[in-house]
This record gives sequence, structure tokens and C-alpha cells, in this order.
Amino acid sequence: MSQTLEALQEDIAAGRLKTDELVLNMGPQHPSTHGVLRLELVLDGEAVVKVIPHLGYLHRCFEKHAEAMTYPQVIPYTDRMDYLAAMNNNHGYALAIERLMGIELPERVEYIRVIMAELQRIASHLVAIGTFGMDIGAFTPFLYCFRDREYILDIFERTCGARLLYNYMWVGGLSHDVHDGFEKDVRDFIKRFRPTIKEVNDLLNYNKIFIERTANIGVLPVDVAVSYGCSGPMLRGSGVDFDLRRDDPYSIYDRFDWQVCVGKGEAGTVGDCWDRHMVRVWEMEQSCNIIEQALETFPPGDITEAIPKRIRPPKGEIYTRVENPRGELGYYVISDGSANPFRVKARGPSFVNLSVIDEISRGHLIADIVAILGSIDIVLGEIDR
Amino acid sequence: MESLLQSLLGDNLLTLVLYCALPLVFLLLYALLAILGEVKISAFMQDRLGPMRTGPWGIIQPLADVLKLLQKEDITPKDADKFLFNLAPYLSFMAAYAAFAVIPFSSQYVGADLNLGAFYLLAIGSLNVAAIMMAGWASHNKYSLYGAMRSVAQIVSYEVPAAMMLVIVVLFVGSLNFQDIITAQSGPFWNWMVFGGPKADVELASGEILGASWINLIFLPLFLASFVMYYITGLAETNRTPFDIPEAESELVSGYHTEYSGMKFAMFFMSEYANMFLVSAVTAILFFGGWNSPFGVYLGDMFDAQWLVALEQFGWLVFKGLFFVFVIIWLRWTLPRLRVDQLMYMCWKVLIPFSFGIALIVGFLVVVLK
Repeated sequence: MSQTLEALQEDIAAGRLKTDELVLNMGPQHPSTHGVLRLELVLDGEAVVKVIPHLGYLHRCFEKHAEAMTYPQVIPYTDRMDYLAAMNNNHGYALAIERLMGIELPERVEYIRVIMAELQRIASHLVAIGTFGMDIGAFTPFLYCFRDREYILDIFERTCGARLLYNYMWVGGLSHDVHDGFEKDVRDFIKRFRPTIKEVNDLLNYNKIFIERTANIGVLPVDVAVSYGCSGPMLRGSGVDFDLRRDDPYSIYDRFDWQVCVGKGEAGTVGDCWDRHMVRVWEMEQSCNIIEQALETFPPGDITEAIPKRIRPPKGEIYTRVENPRGELGYYVISDGSANPFRVKARGPSFVNLSVIDEISRGHLIADIVAILGSIDIVLGEIDR
Repeated sequence: MESLLQSLLGDNLLTLVLYCALPLVFLLLYALLAILGEVKISAFMQDRLGPMRTGPWGIIQPLADVLKLLQKEDITPKDADKFLFNLAPYLSFMAAYAAFAVIPFSSQYVGADLNLGAFYLLAIGSLNVAAIMMAGWASHNKYSLYGAMRSVAQIVSYEVPAAMMLVIVVLFVGSLNFQDIITAQSGPFWNWMVFGGPKADVELASGEILGASWINLIFLPLFLASFVMYYITGLAETNRTPFDIPEAESELVSGYHTEYSGMKFAMFFMSEYANMFLVSAVTAILFFGGWNSPFGVYLGDMFDAQWLVALEQFGWLVFKGLFFVFVIIWLRWTLPRLRVDQLMYMCWKVLIPFSFGIALIVGFLVVVLK
């Protein structure tokens, strides 16, 4: 058998036998490209030689639109970028304009923003964890995750009426104060949610097959991660202890006691799919801690007092970054003193994180591409904008 | 059973056709039940209700599904090899159904009482591979081709340990006939193969005497291990989770049946469900006494009614079969999927060496003890 194989390889080397690479289009209609991403896979048998992502199927001209809108009118468009983390997107943009205008926010607004942003982070991570499990072939954890995400969306709905695209965080304040019984709802949620983390751990994360499928797959070394500009769980999965909430504090994150979770390579190599996945799982617990602490000192007050009547930031420019569930979401805003921004540039974490896929998936099998893509956790709305 | 039909209808072609079609009737009813079971069991495992609108508690849902599939447009892709493309689903179902010929549903009914039953089962089981390869190649779709290649690699490799597990039981009983294998396990449940086989001498259906005693208990761990291994290979052969790699939805869309729609898709679907029951029934026959009652007695014997005995035996086999089908469904909604190389590793480096080891030990013990 080995002799024939050697003979075959000799034939191939001498050019007597022609072998070819196969190009497989994965997407834009494919169950596990998480939207309308097209991956052009160059394959040698089942092994991947090259991955070329093709973007743009969901391009909506966010940045150009923003130039034709007044400052508050841009906020609904930020919702539609990373539609799984609309609160965090609102937060970054509102923060940028507030810093441009030098607005001091009331305590209550800051607290509500932090709680909402952390709830949204949990909701977003739940989607990431559930769909990642589904990519690996486990269907049931997906539904457990979505069941708990539903509670969060219910809380959002009770507060601001929307379940996905909230337009909640306004420049200088919020669209609504929280509903009556908000604190109880959130406390109830955390009480119900903590057991779910354990459940998902038992069913999926420490499952032998799941570990076999994700450990040592798509290892992202620290230098590659940094040179590509990866951020969020991607970067922390590679063992880099960096989180904007702690290292470039905004809002009131510096008041709470919580840990930045990093991948430790428990199941395989540091920076593999399992590590990235587990960082998300651990972060959900940390978010719960932050929310609990925020609820303990939740102040009363008026949330509308800092909302400016007229939003015309002085001439100038600013870059503000916040920790989105997927990584560093930055807004670069130039103001020319008019009611419309001169330029809004968004730096999306999914877009940057996706760029590394070719680097980390060469030599793996098709099935691993699905795992790697799932562990990057992309949202096409934000990649294409 | 055959004689009953003959006395009713006479010895003609109709009798023969009816006799052959009996498992088909069962299979169609079973498929409806299994589809309902799949959707309802998965729903309960996932905190959902499942279908609730079609009929009371959604029990007509499988019928509605079948009706929907019948109404679907029957698409043949432009570049497909039309003949092979259209042949494949029917061949696939035929292969699954043909295997039912040797499944003894009771001591009174078996489609074909072959002396080489176990051998026939293995041989006909391989036919499915041809159908899958045909479908994958003829679809003219890269995903289908990948699915087909994976499927062929998987089924061909898993047939080796599956055959070894069959051989182990065959070695013990000394017959390839399924009726003999089941008769050898008659009596209470501790006579089942999984508990070490018969504990007293048994007269086989063929008239031979199988010598046995309580010393057979030493076979218990061996047969238990081979039961587990046979069941695992069965999962792989039916392409069910954690071995549903050929149809891996998140990777290959639907694998070899990506391009199929309507009734042809339904045929593949049916053959998957038929195979599920086949594997479960063979597991029951080899290791759990087949149609034997676990109590060793039948209600029909008390009333001296042979038809009632036959019905009970049928009930027991179906019950055991459905139980294993339930376990397959249960596993599907619990476990993630293996990768194609891990699957091969498990087959060639784990299951095959172990199965050969067990076969050697069983063979040795059988020779020593007789």
C-alpha cells in the first residue's frame, strides 16, 4: 500500500499525474457562515490551503449615511451595525459625542448604561456560545442559551419597548428611565441565569467530543493576534490580559470589582477555539458580578437633566473606544460645528477579527473552518456596515 | 404466517407479495411514529413543546410533513446525471428494506428464513453505500460529493467492527440464522446474550442442541462490551450523531442529499429511519433476546393461542427496537459531532483492535468450554 502511495506521489511530483486544488464556495447561503459571508475555500482534499473571505453582501453605507444625519439621528444606525449588541454600540457613539461636547452625566444614567451594556454582553455571548455549539453539531445548548437570552430581551423590552434595536442611549442621557421593578427583574434574571452557565458547561463546554473538536484548533498566537489588531475574546483567548473596561476606563467600570478573563490553554494550546469560547463563558459570570454590584449602589435621580437641547459639538475630532462583546468598538467622529457630523468612522471588532481567519485556518479540515469561524463570533451587520 | 396467508388466499402471487410487503406496512407506520418521536423528544429535551397545532398535541404532524413533501416540486439539477440521480434514492431505500427480509418479527414470521441471515444482512447493508455514492456523484455539487465521500469512507470502515460483533455472537451460537440466535436466548432475560447467553441447554430452531450452563456468566463482560461497540458502529452506519458527518448540516449543508427535494428526499429520509430501526432491531436480536419475552412466558401460552404468542413476540421485538431508536434520538440531541479524522481514528485504532480481541477471547472460550 505504501509503495503504491509512494509511486503515486512520485508520479505527481514528476507531473505524470495531475492533481488539482478544489475551490469551494462556502456561503453566502450556508448554514454556518452566521449571515451572508462568503468564504472562498481552496482545498486539497479536505485540508484547507487558503481561506478568502468575501464581504459586502450586507453593506448599508453607515458611514456615509451618518454624514447626512444630525448627531442623534445616527444612533439608530449604530444599532444596526452589531445587531446582537446594540446597547454597546449606542454606548460607544453616545460617549464619543458627550466627550466632544464635554457633557457630565448624572450618576443614575451611568449606572443604567453599565447594567444595560453588561446585560447586552451576556445576551450577545449567549448567542455566540449557542451558535458555536450548533456549529460543532450540538443543537440543544443553543436552545438553552436562547431561552435565557429571552429574559434579557424581555427586560429591555419592558424598559424601552424594543427587543433588538433599542436606540436607548442618547447623547447626554437615555431615551427612557428604567421601568418599575427593573432591579427585581435583573436580580431574578441573574438568579436564574447562573445555573444555566453550569448547565452549558456540563452539556457542552466540558464534553469530551466538544473538547476534541475545539482544543488545538485554530490556534492564534499572541504576536499574530496583536499584529492583526484582534480584540475582545479573540485577543484574551490568546492569553493577553487586555480589556478596555479596565485598561482604558470609561463610564464607571473602575468602581466595580471584577476580573478580566484570559485563555489559559486548559484543554489544549493557549489561543485555540476552546479558549476563545471559554473566555466568553467566563465573561458572562464577570458581567453578572458587575451587574450585581451596580444594583447594590443603584442611585435615584433624573436621567434627562444632562440631555442637551441642541446638539452641536464644537469643532474638533475624537476617537472613543468601548469594549463591545466582540472586542474594541471605536468611533472616530469629526465635527465641523454644524448639526451633522462631518465624518463618522467606525472601527468594528468583527471586521478586524475576521481578517485573521486565513492565517489561523491553513492546514485544518473543512469541519475546523466551521469551528474557527464560530469561535471568532462575527456579526455580518457590523463587518459590512 | 405464510401458511395462514396461503389458507386465506391460496398459493398464488398475491400471497407472496403480501407476505413480502408486511414489513413495509410496519415500516411506514414506524417512520411516522419515529418522526413524531424525534420532534417531540427533541422538544422536551430543549424546553419546547414541539408541534402542537396539527391535530391534538401535534400527533398528525408527521402526516402533514409527508403530505408537504409529496407536494414539493421534484427538482433535478440541470447538470446532474439524470439516470443515477433519480435512481439513487430508490436504491437507498431498497437496500434498507431488503435487510428487513431476515429480521424475525416473531417465531412465526420472518421474511426469508435464511441460514446465512447474518451474512446476508452485512452484504445487503453495504448496498446503501452504492446509493449514497451515486447520489453524491450524480448531483454535480461539491458539497454532495464531499458528503458522499465521507459517507462511503465511514460506512465501509465501520462495517468491519460491526461484522466482528456479529461474528462474536455467531461464534457462540454456532449458526448464522437469526431465528437460531434468538432461540438460543429463549427463557427469562438472564439468558440474553448481553447477560452472558443461555444458562441451560437449548434446542435451536434447526434441531441442534446448544450446550450451555451457568458458567456462561464469564461471557457477560465480553458480550456487554461487544453490545456497546455494536451500537456505536450502528450509530456510525446510520449516519446519526455523533457520527452524522456525511450530513453535517453546519459544514456540508445536507451532504449527499443536498440537491434532492420532494419525494426523492423523502426516500432518503425513509431509508435513514429504516436503517435506524434495523440497527436497533439487530441489536435487540443479537444481545437482547429478539422477540423473546423478558419473563420467559407468554400470555398466549396460557390460553393456548399461537396467534397471541406471535403477536406478543412481535410486540417485544418492536418494543426493544423502539427503545434503541429512542436512545439514538436521545444521543442526537445531546452530543456534538466528531470530525471526520477523529471518526476514522476511533474506528481503526479503537474499535477494530478491541473487536478482534474480543472475538479471539470468545472463540477461545467457546472451544474450551465445549
